[in-house]
Amino acid sequence: MTKLNAKIPSGPLSEKWSNYKNSLRLVNPANKKRIDVIVIGTGLSGASASSTLGEMGYNVKTFCYQDTPRRAHSVAAQGGINAAKNYKNDGDSVFRLFYDMIKGGDFRAREANVYRAAEVSNDVIDHYVALGVPFARDYSGYIDNRSFGGVQVSRTFYAKGQTGQQCVLGTYSSLLRQVNKGTVKLYARRDVLDIVIVNGKARGVITRNLVTGEIERHSAHAVVLATGGYGTVYYLSTLAVNSNASAAWAAYKKGAFFGNPSFVQIHPTSIPVLNDFQSKLTLMSESLRNDGRVWVPKQKGDKRIPKDIPEEERDYYLERRYPAFGNLVPRDVASRAAKERCDAGYGVGPTGLSVYLDFKDAINKQGQKAIENKYGNLFDMYEKISGENPYKTPMRIYPAGHYTMGGLWVDYNLMTTVPGLYAIGESNFSDHGANRLGAGSLMQCSCDGFFILPYTISDYLADDIRTGKIPVDTPEFDDAEKSIKEKIQRILSVNGKDTPLDYHKRLGKIMWDYCGMVRNEEGLKKAIGLLSDLKVDFWNNIKVAGKDNELNLELEKALRVADFIELAKLMCIDALNRKESCGAHFREESQTENGEARRQDEAYSFVAAWEHKGDDVEPELHKELLVFENVELKERSYK
Amino acid sequence: MNIKLKIWRQKNAQAKGKFENYSLEDVSPEMGFLEMLDYLNQKLIKSGGEPVAYEHDCREGICGSCGMYINGRPHGPEAKTTTCELRMRSFKDGDTITIEPFRSRMFPIIKDLLIDRTAFEKILIAGGFISADTGSAPEANSILVCKKHADKAFDMATCIGCGACVAACKNSSAMLFVSAKINQYALLPQGKIEAPERVKKMVAKMDELGFGSCSNTYACEAECPKGISVSAIAKMNREFLHAKLIAED
Ligand SMILES: Cc1cc2nc3c(=O)[nH]c(=O)nc-3n(C[C@H](O)[C@H](O)[C@H](O)COP(=O)(O)OP(=O)(O)OC[C@H]3O[C@@H](n4cnc5c(N)ncnc54)[C@H](O)[C@@H]3O)c2cc1C
Ligand code: SF4
Ligand code: FES
Repeated sequence: MTKLNAKIPSGPLSEKWSNYKNSLRLVNPANKKRIDVIVIGTGLSGASASSTLGEMGYNVKTFCYQDTPRRAHSVAAQGGINAAKNYKNDGDSVFRLFYDMIKGGDFRAREANVYRAAEVSNDVIDHYVALGVPFARDYSGYIDNRSFGGVQVSRTFYAKGQTGQQCVLGTYSSLLRQVNKGTVKLYARRDVLDIVIVNGKARGVITRNLVTGEIERHSAHAVVLATGGYGTVYYLSTLAVNSNASAAWAAYKKGAFFGNPSFVQIHPTSIPVLNDFQSKLTLMSESLRNDGRVWVPKQKGDKRIPKDIPEEERDYYLERRYPAFGNLVPRDVASRAAKERCDAGYGVGPTGLSVYLDFKDAINKQGQKAIENKYGNLFDMYEKISGENPYKTPMRIYPAGHYTMGGLWVDYNLMTTVPGLYAIGESNFSDHGANRLGAGSLMQCSCDGFFILPYTISDYLADDIRTGKIPVDTPEFDDAEKSIKEKIQRILSVNGKDTPLDYHKRLGKIMWDYCGMVRNEEGLKKAIGLLSDLKVDFWNNIKVAGKDNELNLELEKALRVADFIELAKLMCIDALNRKESCGAHFREESQTENGEARRQDEAYSFVAAWEHKGDDVEPELHKELLVFENVELKERSYK
Repeated sequence: MNIKLKIWRQKNAQAKGKFENYSLEDVSPEMGFLEMLDYLNQKLIKSGGEPVAYEHDCREGICGSCGMYINGRPHGPEAKTTTCELRMRSFKDGDTITIEPFRSRMFPIIKDLLIDRTAFEKILIAGGFISADTGSAPEANSILVCKKHADKAFDMATCIGCGACVAACKNSSAMLFVSAKINQYALLPQGKIEAPERVKKMVAKMDELGFGSCSNTYACEAECPKGISVSAIAKMNREFLHAKLIAED
């Protein structure tokens, strides 16, 4: 139980990071040239880390599976990125941003890390502007901010509806500048399949070249995972469809603990499933709830078209249940309420699995033009996909898997439990507790990569200035390569009947039904059984077309789904273990009389960090107790 | 609905490719174009065939991965729509749809519909950035940008690097792609300083790689899913001239 050391520096919260930074060791420029760092991932976290490490003078090798770093999933972020600039003079501050994140995360995140992210958030905005990111501006030329995710201040920086894309292009350009200078070498179209540990330290990776199929060895003095989240475990989610957990899972199997794997944010406003072939769910921005009213018919199974349902026969259930916040309740609350109505038989649309988001009143009051100005691009996107015009008929929406707060456990240095193996961005568990605030992820990813990891990793690398190149012709690399090759041969040789897609869909259904928005002991136990069966079934019946020594998209998928099935089980084990409700994790057994989430601070104020103990062996739970010295634990109430 | 497909199949970069015919039943109008291909692939795999390789990731028009000729047009029949955003609603029962990879000597085929667009990245590596090291930036609001220029820079920055402009151009010109980046930075005070050097380096790289020149047919603008306007090209030409002039000073 004492294995976990979060390494939180002592001293007052607001001085921890600056004091700690001053105590970290540095590596002098001449020595940096002798040190290699591998970064896996080119989203905001990976690209920012790679370029900054390159600027500092390290030799960086950067990997991604897309054809170019610019396509990393971060491009999909729409709403914005938070910072504590207080440009609107509305009382924002580093402390307030910190507090909102801690409270939003339902008091399940580590104070010191969250405070630090809030503290460096302003530097991130400065840097993005310097890189040419075209944030929205006022007529005066100053940067504009908006309020996002139900907070009371306007601290969100945005670039129309594509903040993620614009921030990625900024980090990508600085990454390419380092490629130009020769400090960063890019390895695109590579899947990292394993992490290589030498004498207890992460010293390299095994990759598959996705064009030739070749299995390659790469070594470094430290390895950084910036591989994103695992929301695609549900098959249908708002994530890019190739997003996966395989690198993080490989790290877990090599000794990195997995933190709070069951903490997943389900976003309330996605376009619902339209048919069986659907491959992804498209997010409709949260901002729509500022003007849209959510409702279902009062009568079960009412099949009338919305305009034929009179006002008094509509149930505006969010306004009814949460008079104070109404349609603006947090994501998890809105998601569960939609599920509750649909499960009770009041859902609308062909499948009964959607609710209306109606702009009728807003259009009547403000005029269609005003609504068009605010949401025009979203309305167009909705119409493109659904074929329905949301100016005329209400949108139909339903919750979808969106973001994973869980991830690899890291200490204050962002290092996992494997020395020399770091995890940044969505791939770690660190800053969002049990629920993430809107616009908080782009912020965290950028803080980690630009302003935190480069300092902490230097301290670690200071020990490696005399190590010399890490050779790849060693037994450790031999073994890792051999086991990957065997895994690939095994998966290809089954030659069963069902495709990776078939399995991914089956997996998604189990997880959505039993480890989604609402969880209970019986369901989770059932899911664990189903997942064990699914794993056996997969390895006896998977069909992977094509060969290993060529471009083979089916093989890529099969390897990812195999890992997802195992991760899914860990998610259920974690959800089963946490008998309280907190944030997005809702255990039916732990609710108030009114059906609201009931946290149990005495018993569960900890981070659950799981240690791999072998395939098909129960993982071991380690607890990092959370200590709150600067905030008072409160119940979240939106009544 | 029922549709017929004529799809380019090519095993690898070296192999000679050819069209294969397929037919699909029970295609529903709200299916995405890529979901229709998934559906075909599932059938192919289950009957012992090889699935069609194509590139995709976000499936919502923002990452720039997807892109193929659909009935001879990059990204298919709808304006300002990427392949992944295209729905089967745009086709009718009984249609034959021809699907090929983007055809350009600058984008070699890797397999089936999947192509190599690294030439784009090489141009950006040559100079597609503002040189600002982490930690060196001034306070964000100390750089004021007039809204008109900021909005214009944003429009230029919406390019997703899909390559449709090159694929649409009979000369395989990359002018629309390159000019969008040049203009984004040239419009911003923080990007202006390096603008002359940037445009020279990027244009030189573009020429060196063998991208063709622009002969003003505007095919690129018509097919660009993000609606980048050809006026960007004229503006880049001015930037380029200006850069040469000050070099002669
Ligand atoms: C639709 C949508 C909208 C969102 N909107 C917002 C928003 O408005 N504000 C906000 O703050 N957050 C938002 N988020 C969340 C945010 O976008 C993500 O959490 C964040 O971008 C993750 O960035 P990242 O750097 O951690 O990883 P990603 O951007 O996911 O990148 C992962 C990288 O890792 C690489 N990779 C992964 N595995 C491997 C492997 N095995 N081998 C090689 N490479 C690998 C990939 O190639 C990729 O480069 C949104 C999310 C979604 C889905
Ligand atoms: S300019 Fe348009 S067509 Fe060309 S790469 Fe950019 S988005 Fe694609
Ligand atoms: S798949 Fe991302 S733009 Fe089409």
